[in-house]
Amino acid sequence: MNVRVQSKQGVPALSFSARVKSGVKKNWYKFSRNKLSVVGLIIVLLIVGAAVLAPVIAPYPHHAGKFVDYANAGTAPCAKYWFGTDNFGRDIFSRIIFAFRGALYMAVLVLAIAVPVGVFLGLIAGYYQGSFLDTVIMRVTDIFLSVPPLLLALAIAAVLKPNLTNAMIAVTVMWWPWYTRLVYGMATSLRNEYFVKSAELIGAGRLHILFREILPNCLSPIFTKMALDVGWVILIGASLSFVGLGEQPPTPALGQMVSDGTRYMPDLWWMTVFPSLAIAVTILGFNLMGDGIRDMMAKGEYDRE
Amino acid sequence: MIVNNEKDCILDIRNLHVWYRTYGGFAEVLDGVNLMVKKGEKVGLVGEAGCGKTTTMRSVLRILPENAVVPKGEILFHGQDILKMKSQEINKVRTQGISMIFQEPSAALNPVFTIGTQMFDVIRYSGSGKAKSKDEIKELAVKAIREVYIPDPERILKSYPGQLSGGMKQRVCIAMAIVTDRELLIADEPGTSLDVTIQDQVHRLLRGLVEKKGMSLIMITHSLGVAREMTDRIYVMYAGSIVETAETKVLFKDPMHPYTLGLLESVPRLTGGGMAEGIYGRIPNYLSPPQGCRFHPRCRLAAERCFEEKPPLMDVGEGHYVACFWVQGVI
Amino acid sequence: MNSITAAAEETILRVQNLKTYFPVGKSGGTPLFVKAVDGVNLTVKKGEIMGLVGESGSGKSTLAYTVMGIYSPTEGSIIFKGQDISVPSSRRSLSVKKDLQIVFQDPGSSLNPRQSVRQILELPLRVHRIVDRKNIEEKVVELLRMVELPPHYMYKSPVSMGGGERQMISIARALATNPQFVILDEPTSALDVSIQAKIINMLLKLQEKKELTYLFITHDLSLMRNIATRVTIMYLGKICETAPTEEFFRSPLHPYTRMLLSSIPVVSEEEEELKPKKVVSTGEIPSPVNVPPGCSFHLRCPERREVCMEVDPWMVEAEPGHFVRCHLYS
Repeated sequence: MNVRVQSKQGVPALSFSARVKSGVKKNWYKFSRNKLSVVGLIIVLLIVGAAVLAPVIAPYPHHAGKFVDYANAGTAPCAKYWFGTDNFGRDIFSRIIFAFRGALYMAVLVLAIAVPVGVFLGLIAGYYQGSFLDTVIMRVTDIFLSVPPLLLALAIAAVLKPNLTNAMIAVTVMWWPWYTRLVYGMATSLRNEYFVKSAELIGAGRLHILFREILPNCLSPIFTKMALDVGWVILIGASLSFVGLGEQPPTPALGQMVSDGTRYMPDLWWMTVFPSLAIAVTILGFNLMGDGIRDMMAKGEYDRE
Repeated sequence: MIVNNEKDCILDIRNLHVWYRTYGGFAEVLDGVNLMVKKGEKVGLVGEAGCGKTTTMRSVLRILPENAVVPKGEILFHGQDILKMKSQEINKVRTQGISMIFQEPSAALNPVFTIGTQMFDVIRYSGSGKAKSKDEIKELAVKAIREVYIPDPERILKSYPGQLSGGMKQRVCIAMAIVTDRELLIADEPGTSLDVTIQDQVHRLLRGLVEKKGMSLIMITHSLGVAREMTDRIYVMYAGSIVETAETKVLFKDPMHPYTLGLLESVPRLTGGGMAEGIYGRIPNYLSPPQGCRFHPRCRLAAERCFEEKPPLMDVGEGHYVACFWVQGVI
Repeated sequence: MNSITAAAEETILRVQNLKTYFPVGKSGGTPLFVKAVDGVNLTVKKGEIMGLVGESGSGKSTLAYTVMGIYSPTEGSIIFKGQDISVPSSRRSLSVKKDLQIVFQDPGSSLNPRQSVRQILELPLRVHRIVDRKNIEEKVVELLRMVELPPHYMYKSPVSMGGGERQMISIARALATNPQFVILDEPTSALDVSIQAKIINMLLKLQEKKELTYLFITHDLSLMRNIATRVTIMYLGKICETAPTEEFFRSPLHPYTRMLLSSIPVVSEEEEELKPKKVVSTGEIPSPVNVPPGCSFHLRCPERREVCMEVDPWMVEAEPGHFVRCHLYS
C-alpha cells in the first residue's frame, strides 16, 4: 500500500519497517523509563520461558507426575535439589516450573474469554448510557461484583467437578464484570468527545463508532489491567487449588503444593515457602510489568514530533 | 545586550538558556533570554503558544519541572542570582519578593479548602515571617479582598472556590498575590480563560493595583492588544529568545522585527480591512531548532547570514532593541 | 465582500422560537432548567457568513449544537432548506447530514487520537459514498491538498500535529461530504493569531470556491468585523442585536454590544477611536439557571430604567435589517 502511494503521489512517507523500528524504540523508551518495569518484564519472561521450556529446563522433569522416591523424601534445599524435595521425594523446583504451565494456561484462557465479553458489554452499556440496555447490563454486572470473588469462584468450582477446566470456568465467570465496569466508565465519557460527535454527525454506523472510535481509546487501560490481572488470576487459581478445587494431584499446581506443604510445617518448610514465593514473585512481576505497559500506552509529550 | 543601569533594576535575566530532557534528546526551549524589569515598571512578555514565556517565568521562581536543566545564564534579583540561591534564600524571594498569578484561577485554588483558609495560609507564610495574630491575618485578608472590589469579604472568605465564578476566582488570586507587600508581580495570562467583558475588568483592576502599590509587573500574554493596554515596555519572544523590545508606544508606532510585524499584521482589526496572511509555518521543533536566527524558516526576508548566525539584540535608538540582521543593516 | 447576489438571498436556515432547556434538578417541587437557548429566531441566507457572537453562557454553542441535532430542541423549529429538521441527528436523513456539517472548537478532542489522518478523512467519504472505494486514497490526498497540507500527512496521527494543522484536518473532514452549510464553532479560538489568520483565509477561500454558507460562532468581535456579512449578538440564551456587519460596527445599539466593544483589547489608535468611550464593563454574567427577571442584561446595564427590571424587551427593527432587543428603542 505504501509503495503504491509513494510512486503515485511522491509521498515521502517512511518505509513500513522504519516506522515499526521507530515505534518500537519509542515504546521501549517509555516502558523502560521506570527500571522496575524492566525488572517486572524480566521476571515475566523468565516465568513464561520456564513454563514453555519446562521439560528442558526442569532438572527432574519426571518428578512433575506420579513419582515416588522415599529415599530422598524431605531433603532440605541443597545443590542437587535447589528447593528441596517433598514428602514423596519429588524435586520442588521442577514441580514449580511445571506448575507455572497450568497457572499461565489458566490465566491466558480466562482473560481470552473474560476480556472480550466484558469489554463488549461495557462498550454497549456505556455508549447507550441511560437506555434499557445499559440498565440491564450494568445491574447484572453489579450483582456479580457484589459477591466476593473468591466465594463466587469457590461456589461455582464446588458445584462442578474439581479440575483445571472447571476452575477456569469459575474464574472466568467472576472476571468479566471488572472489564465491563472499566470500559463502561471510559465509554460514557468518550461518547461525549467531539470526535465521537463528529462521527455521529457524519452519519457513521454504530459498529464503526463502537469499535473504531471508542474502543481504540479504551485499549490502553484494558491492556494495563490485563497485564496486572495475569498475576491476580494466578493468585485466585492458586487459592482454588489450595482448597483442592483446581488441578488434581499428581499434576503440580502452586496452591496445591502450598497446601500440601502446610501439613509438614515447620519441619519441611521448603515445601511451603518456595511455592509461596513463586506465587508472590509471579504477581510482583506481572504488576511491575503492568505499570510499564501503562507508561508505554499513555499518549504524552513523547508522541509529539 | 541591554544596558543595565543597576540602580532601579529589580529583575535582570541575562542570556538564560533552559533545556528539557526528553525522549528525543534535549529540547532547547530557551535560547538566550534577556529581560529587565525596573522598579514600578509594567513589562509585557508577548509571544505565541510554545515560545517559552511560561518557562522563562517558571525559572524566575525556580518552579521548573524536574526534567529541566539550565545550562547557561543568570537571573539576578536585586543583583543576586536566583539560580544559585539556596532553598532558604529562594523561599525568601517567593514569600517576600515575587508573587505570581496563573492563567487558570480554578487550578490555582484548591477546591476543598475555603478561600479564607487558603488566604490565611498565604498571609501566614509570606512577608517577613514574623508571627501574626489571627485577627491581624483576617484583617489583612479582608482588606485585600476589598481592594479587588469584591463586595462582602466575610462571605467570600467562608466560601469554597467552586461557589465563585471564574472572574471572582481570578480576583481572589489577585488579592492573594497583593495581600502582603511584594516588589514584583508575575501575571501569566490572567485574563485568557475569562470572557472579554470580565477580562477587561480584571485587567483594569490589576493595572490599578500595581500602580497604586508601586509594584513592578511582568504580564505574560499572547495578545498584543492586552500588552498594549497593560504595559510600559514590551518584550516580544519567539522560539526561546527575545526578538524585539521597546517601550510600548514605540513598539506599536514602529515595529521592526519581521516576526513582530507578522504578528501585528495577523491581529484582526476592529476597523476592518480583511484578514492578513498570517505567518508561514509554525514554531520550530525544539529538539532540532533551526541554526542561526530561529525565525529564519518563517521569515520573508531571510538571507544567508540568518541561516548561520544568531542575530544579537542591538539598540536601534530610544531603548528599542531588535535581534535582526536586516534591521541592524548588517546583512 | 458583502455583495449578496439576488440568487443568494434565498434562506437556507431558519430557526424559529427555538428553546433548548436542560433540567438541573428541582427546587421545592418546581423543576429547574438551564435555559441555554431561550426563544431564538435566526435566519441565515445562502452564501452568507453569519457571525454569532457571545460570551460563555450565552448559549451560542448550544444553539449550534441544537441545529446540528446533538441536542433536541425543547420548543420551536429548525427549518433547513425548507425541511423541518427539529429532531436529533440520529433521526435525520443521510442527505441532511451530508449538507450540514460542523467544525468544533477544540482541535485536540475533535480528532480521534488513535486514528491516522487517513482513517479520519476516509470516514465521511465511505459513509456518503462520495467516491468509489478504489479512489478513496486519491480523494484523501485531494482533501489534504485543499487545506494546503502535503499528502504524507495522511499517515500522521493527530497527536503528532500542531493545533493549526489539526484544525485544518477538521475542516477537511467537514468539507469532505461537499456540504452546503457549515457551522464553525470557534474554530480558531484555541490557536495563535498568526495561525488563525491562515485558517480564516483558507475558510474564506473555500467558502467562495464551494459556495458555502457559514454560521461562525465566536467571542471575537474584531474577527467578525473582518469576515462576517452579518453579526448577531447573544446574551443569556437570547439574541440582543443583529445587523449587517458595516451597520453593526458603525452604530452598535444594544448597551451590551457597546460594553463588549469597549472591552476588546486593540492594537492601534484608530481602533481605540471606534470603541464606545463611556461604557465600562461591570458586573458578572449571571448563571443561566437563575436568569434575572425583565431584561436579562439589566443588572449590568448602564442605561437601565424602571421598565427593564420587569418587562423583557422584544425585538424591534431600529434600522432596515438592524434588529435590537432593548427598551431604549421600542
